[in-house]
Amino acid sequence: MALKFPIFMDSQSTTPCDPRVVDAMLPYFTEKFGHPASRNHPYGWEAEAAVDRARGQVAQLIGARDPKEVVFTSGGTESINLALKGVAEMYREKGNHIVTTVIEQRAGLDVAKRLERQGFEVTYVPVQPDGMVDVDAIRNAITPKTVLISVMYANNEIGTIQDVAAIGALAKEKGVIFHTDATQAAGKMPIDVEKAGIDLLSCTAHLMYGPKGVGALYVRRKGPRVRIAPMMDGGGHERGMRSGTLPVPLVVGFGRAAEICREVMPEESRRLAALRDQLQDGILSRVDEAFLNGHPERRLPHNLNISFSYVEGESVLMGLNKEAAMSSGSACTSATLEPSYVIAAIGASTELAHSSIRFSLHRFTTDEEVEYVGRRTVEVIGRLRDMSPLYELAKEGVDIKSIHWKAE
Amino acid sequence: MAYSDKVIEHYNNPRNVGSFTKDTPGVGTGLVGAPECGDVMKLQIKVNLDTGVIEDAKFKTFGCGSAIASSSLATEWLKGKTVDQAAEIKNTDIVNELKLPPVKIHCSVLAEDAIKAALSDYKAKWGESAGAGQAAATATTSS
Ligand SMILES: Cc1ncc(COP(=O)(O)O)c(C=O)c1O
Ligand code: FES
Repeated sequence: MALKFPIFMDSQSTTPCDPRVVDAMLPYFTEKFGHPASRNHPYGWEAEAAVDRARGQVAQLIGARDPKEVVFTSGGTESINLALKGVAEMYREKGNHIVTTVIEQRAGLDVAKRLERQGFEVTYVPVQPDGMVDVDAIRNAITPKTVLISVMYANNEIGTIQDVAAIGALAKEKGVIFHTDATQAAGKMPIDVEKAGIDLLSCTAHLMYGPKGVGALYVRRKGPRVRIAPMMDGGGHERGMRSGTLPVPLVVGFGRAAEICREVMPEESRRLAALRDQLQDGILSRVDEAFLNGHPERRLPHNLNISFSYVEGESVLMGLNKEAAMSSGSACTSATLEPSYVIAAIGASTELAHSSIRFSLHRFTTDEEVEYVGRRTVEVIGRLRDMSPLYELAKEGVDIKSIHWKAE
Repeated sequence: MAYSDKVIEHYNNPRNVGSFTKDTPGVGTGLVGAPECGDVMKLQIKVNLDTGVIEDAKFKTFGCGSAIASSSLATEWLKGKTVDQAAEIKNTDIVNELKLPPVKIHCSVLAEDAIKAALSDYKAKWGESAGAGQAAATATTSS
C-alpha cells in the first residue's frame, strides 16, 4: 500500500473520527435534530433515546453499572474542571485539602492552582523515575482535611499507567473522593470504575476516534453517592450537574466511538503494542544515547516517548515535517517556551526534556508507516547530531556538565 | 505555525556546518546558550591575519530549526566581512531575512551572541597579531 504523507503519529493529541462514528452521527444533524429534553413529541423522544443509548455505551466502556452516572460535557477539560471545582465547592465544609500529582495534564494542574488561590491547600505528589506515583506517598499526603484525591489514569506524554485500583482502595479506606483523568486511557485499556473504586472519571471522545467537543464525567451514585456543585447553571440538564442543550450528534458519535473501542480493544491494543515495540526496538537498537521515557511495561499500548541526547526536539520534528507528525516535550515547541514538566518530573535532565519525542500510534497506523517513521527518525537524528555542538563535545570526551554555560 | 521558506531552506541545506581546530591561527570560537535552555550554538570564524577579513566560518547548533537557520545564515554573512563589519550584524537583520515569528526571535539573538563571542575570542587570541601578518606567521612557526 502506498504511504500517505504526512504519517500521523500524534494520536495522543487527537484521533481521527472512525468513519463508522461519522455515519452514526450524520442523521442527528438533519432528520433527527430534536431536543432531547423535549418531552412532548417524537422529535424529542427520538433524540432522548439516542442520548440514552450513547450514555449506556459510554457507561459500559468504563464499567459504570448505571448509565445515569455518566454526565456529558464538552470534553476532558470541562470534565476535570467540573470534578475538581464541583467537589471543592460541595465539600468545602468538610475540608479544604486536595491531593494530586505533578504530572496531571494542564487542566488538572491549573484548576488545582486556582483552588489554591481560593484558599484550598493542594499537595502535588511527585512521581518516580519510571513515571509511577507511589501510593504510599499519596497515603502520607492525606490529612483529616482531605476531600479529594485526583490522579490521572494514564499520562498523555509518557503513557505511564498508574495503580489506580490501589489509589481507589486507599480513597475508600480514608473516606476521600477519588477522581481520575482517564482522558488518555479510556477506550485504550479496560477500565472498571467499580473494581477500581473510582468516584469521578473524566474522559473525552476525540481521543477515542470520536468527535471533538464532547466528553463525559462519570459521577458515582452509590457507595458513596458523590455530589458535585455545577459550574453551569441553567435548564438543569444532566441531573442538574451540567445545564445546556446536549450536542446530540456529538453525543451519539461519542457513544458509537466508545462501543467500537470496547469491541476492538483486545485485538487493537495487542496490535498497537506490537507495532509500538517494533518502532521502539528499531530506534533504540540503531541510535546510541536514546532513552525511553516512562515505565517500560505499565504503559499505554500506543505510546512511545524517547529522548535523543544532543538533539533538540523541534528540530527533529522539523526534519520529518512533510513526512510524519509527532510531538515533542521541547521548550521550542511549546507556547510557553518551557520544556515538558512531565519529562522533568521523572527526573530526566532538562536537556533530555528538550530532546524528547512522543510517537503515538492509532487504529489506522500500518506496519509500513511504523517502518518508515522509524527509519527516517534514525536518519534525521544522525543528521542533527552531525550538526550538534553537544554531540561533538561528548565525542571528544568533554563532560557537558563540566562546562560553565552562561544560561540567561 | 508553519516555517518560512528561508528557514526550511537553511534547515535542509545548512551552510558551513563543521568545526575548525580551536588553536588554528586566526580562528575565533564562540560557544553560547545552554543545554538546559534547549539551545547551544558554536560559531567559529577564521580570519586572514594579514587582511583582517573573515575567510571562512563554521557552525554547529543544538536548537530548533530557526536556531539552525539563524546560525547557518550568520556563517554565510560573516564570510568576506572584516572583523569590524562582522560586529555590525544584528539579530534583527536575521529576523528580517528569515521572517522569524516573535517566539523565534531569541534564536536570532543567540546567533548574534555567537558572532560576538567568536569575535571577542578571536580578538583575545589573535588581536595583537592582526594586520601584522609576518609577526603572526613567525609566532606560529616558532611555537
Ligand atoms: C490527560 C488529558 N487530560 C485532559 C485533556 C483535555 O481533554 P479535551 O481536549 O477534551 O479538553 C487531554 C487532552 O489531550 C489529556 O490528554
Ligand atoms: S532554539 Fe528554542 S525556539 Fe529556537
